[in-house]
This record gives sequence, structure tokens and C-alpha cells, in this order.
Amino acid sequence: MNNLLKKLSDMRAISGFEYRISNELEKLFAGLADDIHTTALGSVIAVKRCGKPDAKRIMLAAHCDEIGLMVSSIDENGFVKFVNIGGIDTKVLPSSEVVIHGKEDVYGVIGSKPPHLLPREDMDKSLGIDALAIDIGYSHDDACKLVNIGDSITMLSPNSNLKNKQFSGKCLDDRAGVAAMVKCLEYLKKETLDADVYAVCTAQEETGLRGAKTAAYEVKADYAIAVDATHGITPDNSDNAFEIGGGTAIGIGPSLNRKMHKKLINLAEENKIKYQTEVMGGDTGTDAWAIQVSRCGVPTALLSIPLKYMHTTVETLSEKDVEATAKLMALFVKTIGQEGAAL
Amino acid sequence: MIKNIEKLCNICGVSGDEDKVREYIINKITPLCDDIRTDSMGNVIALKKGASSDKKIMIAVHMDEVGFIVSEITDKGFIKFQSVGGIDPRVLVSKRVVIGDKRIKGVIGMKAVHLQNKSEREKAVAENKLTIDIGAKSKKDALKWIEIGDYISFATEFEQFGNGFIKGKALDNRVGCAVAMELLKERYDYDLYVCFTVQEEIGLRGATVAAYAVEPDIALVIETTTASDVSGTDEHQYVVRLNHGAAVTLMDSRTIVDKRLAAWLYENGNKKGIKTQYKESNAGGNDAGAIHLSKEGVKTCAISLPCRYLHSPVTVAAKDDVNSVYELSRLFLQNTKSIMKIMR
Repeated sequence: MNNLLKKLSDMRAISGFEYRISNELEKLFAGLADDIHTTALGSVIAVKRCGKPDAKRIMLAAHCDEIGLMVSSIDENGFVKFVNIGGIDTKVLPSSEVVIHGKEDVYGVIGSKPPHLLPREDMDKSLGIDALAIDIGYSHDDACKLVNIGDSITMLSPNSNLKNKQFSGKCLDDRAGVAAMVKCLEYLKKETLDADVYAVCTAQEETGLRGAKTAAYEVKADYAIAVDATHGITPDNSDNAFEIGGGTAIGIGPSLNRKMHKKLINLAEENKIKYQTEVMGGDTGTDAWAIQVSRCGVPTALLSIPLKYMHTTVETLSEKDVEATAKLMALFVKTIGQEGAAL
Repeated sequence: MIKNIEKLCNICGVSGDEDKVREYIINKITPLCDDIRTDSMGNVIALKKGASSDKKIMIAVHMDEVGFIVSEITDKGFIKFQSVGGIDPRVLVSKRVVIGDKRIKGVIGMKAVHLQNKSEREKAVAENKLTIDIGAKSKKDALKWIEIGDYISFATEFEQFGNGFIKGKALDNRVGCAVAMELLKERYDYDLYVCFTVQEEIGLRGATVAAYAVEPDIALVIETTTASDVSGTDEHQYVVRLNHGAAVTLMDSRTIVDKRLAAWLYENGNKKGIKTQYKESNAGGNDAGAIHLSKEGVKTCAISLPCRYLHSPVTVAAKDDVNSVYELSRLFLQNTKSIMKIMR
């Protein structure tokens, strides 16, 4: 699991640029699926067939895009100005290191004016994106040879293993979900199934669940489970947040299928898989929201991995929670299409 | 020299915790020195005998870097900290750090942007509102790996990038250390005392006692200084520019350098083809502030490497400037006789 998470956290693709990693993602599913392909929007779909006629289809979805930045201009001294793609907290940006995916990968550090040159009354304000620029160590002309307007930018942030099987890295939202899907298919590798499984690494979730929308249309699923990240408890917040290491968070709410969430809870109880319940009265902010209303509607469930410091470069989770998510998902998949199964 | 800077920068040595830097330096310079000693505060004082012992020349470079110290561990196992040296808290959110001698990995976290209200989003976060996460389950669990008083450094790796640039934590002032180590390879007219000082960042503490012990006739501080030649700054605010050479101090908040001394460096540097610029600001301060006030007073000058984003996790400088700082410092050492004459 650790290697898988490292590999996924190291992949670099902001929303709309998933093609950068589709080959690597396809490789992760090689040997676990019968057919793997990439869609027009950049989602990667891995299909594991059960071999039975008219089998039900279950779609698993975890998004493979990450939040990041994009080059908006290059100033006369070669500093790169940028905009954000997805909901990045600008407070993480000052002094963060980045990779600009230009003609080649270009290293940069996000700098600002020194504090003593900033207006005194702004000392307690966070720096807006306009006050920041990327220093790549090139003159304007040399910079323009390497970097173009519209190039994608990812955060450098090397990942690290913390204590107690906690893992910290960039974009674990939602590459950890992708890891859980891969692990789930590994669990199912030698199992005889009664349903076809479509594991989808969806594109452009962070900019509006767009990959999930078209992938769900394509898959035409009978059931779906989205896997995403939810907030982990931190010293400065325990509201709507979940315990790290407390297990997978099973989503409950109007946009999620009640029978499915109950079944997930039962399976977790029966198999002693650690879980928590996460109630969402409205929009879950995940692919589940888009998949539910695909075509004539799809019964959809949501499993979430508790994640501290979401949308920063030091997102931190417990590998145990990813394992629990994968295991519960696999158990659920096994029941689909079984005769006399509750659903 | 760049290889040496890389090694020095990657060592953790926050003020008060310079041991590993000191060990590394002593190891490397012992064969080059005629005498070497460590004083009670941890300063390393290395003597390189000169052609004559009539005068004593002092070079000061500080070994310490800005960082943090563990002040408290919460019941849930998160680490509260205080900064050591001046660090703008706005650069801290979402950064990686290493803690203590065991180099335990940690991250400075803050609740997700989704969970922040409008004012929280717009406000800079105070240092005392941030915690470091090492993945501990509880206070007891955290205490297995760290203890109160452990020092904390940024986890940035040294690297070269762009067109001749270097980045890392602690360029301030491991570059000075590396330059001084290089200077010890030669002999000069007078006895040279190179002082690798401690605790510069919290108030020039080490240099104060080192200067007292050495009693130099003239002193040179090799340092880094803030370059403001960054995006959004007007040209007149640049102070110094990267790739424009070694920066000579005229005056800062701690020291007024003898104008004749500063001018000698600036003029002769440029005359010899060493890129030299004046530091166009009277802000900042370095070990010169302590040295020039030692005993009856010491003529003291400072040569600095222009550095962007000082006191942040990622400081940036130009390789070419490192070389200029070395060359200008060497020129100083080769001409101390005539320099001292002009100030009589």
C-alpha cells in the first residue's frame, strides 16, 4: 500500500491535464482488469468482467486529477505569474516549491516581496495569489523558451512516511481513492464474481465532477461507489471531521442510496472492518453527486478516506483507512448480482 | 565549493543546536589549520598562521540557521512550537520539517480551506495557531520520538536550478561557512582567525564572545543579505540583485562600516573584475554588529551573498555570486596590510 500511495502521490496531473498520467494509471490496473482504456475527457476505465451473460455493472470511481496552478504570464524579469486550478488554499503557497510542466519540467519556488516591503497594515493578512510569483531562475527570454502561458503547475512536495502508518503527500485527495480501487481489484483478483466491475479514475473532479459525468454515461452502471477523501480531525477542527485511523467513512444522505449504505455498514460489522459514518444533508462534493443522476439514475454510495489538511501539500492519512476502504468495497462488489442478495 | 554548500545546507543546525554543523566543519578544516578550538558557547575558532603574527585578522561566519523549538505536545500528540530567529509565519502553512537528532519527519498543518470561514481565509495564521503533525496518536506516543526542547528545521533539500541558481534551507549562512572553509586553504600576511559562530540569528550571541577572545585588529563578516529583486518590487527597493556580485555593507541597523573600508572593497573588487555591489539599504544586521563593539572597538566590514526569500524554507542565490563573495573576501585577506594603512 505504501508503495502504491507513493507512486500515485508522485504522479503529476492537475484537472484537465490527466493525459499526463493516463499511461501510468493504466499500468496500475494491468493484470487486474480485462480491458483498460482512457476516455475523451481523460478518465481511465478498467473493466473486470465476470464472464456471465447480462451481468450487472458496478462502477467504482475515484478521481485522478489534482488541484494545482496554471501559468498566466511571465514578467519582464522571468518571474512566472499564475492562477489556481481547483480550490487551493493560497496560504500554503508562499515558499512552496513547484514543478512547471513546460517544454520540460521546470523547478520553481513561489516567492513574494520580503515582509518588510509589504504594507505594515497587511502583516496579518494572508498573501493573495496576485502578490505571489514563481521564481525559476531564468531571465525573461530564457523563461519564455521553456514556459508558456497555459502550462500546468503541480506542487513539488515530496511525500513522507510519518509515524503509525500515517502517510503525508500532495494530492492524496484523491489518489488515495485510486489506491483503494487498485487494492480492491487485487482483493477480487481470484474471486468469482457475479457482476462486471468498472473501476474509473475520473478526470476533472476538482473543477466540477466532469469526468465522472461522462464516464458514468459510458459505463451505464447498475450501482456505483465513489471513493473520495473527507476531512480528518486536526487540532484546529473536529467539526464534520473524522478520526484518522478510525476506518472508512460510509456516506449517508439524500444523494446517496440508503440500501447501499446500510449494506456497507452491515458488511463492515460482519467482517470487523473499521468504519465511521458521515452524514451529508446535501451535496457531497464528490463524484457520487454526478453519478447518481447519470442517465436514468444510478444507486450510488460513497466511501471516504479521512484526510488531514485537505487541499494542501501535506495531506495526511492513515494507510489503514485506505486498506479498510478497499476491503469494504471488495466485499460489497462480491455481493452484487448474487442470488438472494439484499440489493 | 557548491558540493560543500550542499552538504552544509542539508545539515540541521538551528541556533543553540549547531553541534552537527560544528562537527562537520571541524572534521573538514582540521588539516588546514594551525590551531582549532571550540569555546564554551560552541563557537569554533580556527587559526591559520600568517607570515607575521603582528596583527590578527578575524573572519566571522555563523553556523546557525533559523528554525523552531518544540515547546509543547498536545494530548492528541500534535506539536506546538516557537520560532528561533525571525520567521514570517505566513510561509509556514503546509511545510515539511524534521525534528530532533533522529530527524523525525513532520508537517505543519492547518485545517482545510473548506472548513475556514471568510476571515480565517483572509487572515495570516499566527505561529501559535499552527501545530506539527508527526502521525502520533497521543502525547505519550509522540514522546517516544521527540521531547520538549527538540529543535526543528525545514526539510528542504539543496538543489541547483534555473540558469546557475541554488536553493535550499540555511543558505544563510552555510554559504558563509563554505567560503570561510575555502579561504583557510591559503596563508596570508597576518594570522587569520576564522570564527564559525553560534546563535547569530537570536542576537549575535556567539560573535560577541568570539571577538572578545580573538581581539582582532580588523574583522570581516561573510554573510547573506536579503535581495528584493523579486516580482512586484520596484527597482529602487531591490537593495541587492542576484548575479550582480558580492554585496558590501555601508551601514545596517547594527553597524556603520568605516566608509574607507567599504569603499576599498567596492572599488578594488570591481577593479579586479570581481562583481561587487553595495547593499543599498541600512536595514538588517549581522555579526559585525557585535564584533565592532568588542573591547576597545574593531574595524569591521561585511561581504554578503545576495539571497532571495531569506528566513523561509526555500532560500535562493546565484552560484556566480558565491564565487564573487569568495573572491572579494580573498582579496581582502591578501591586502589587509594596505587596507589597515588607509584607515590610520
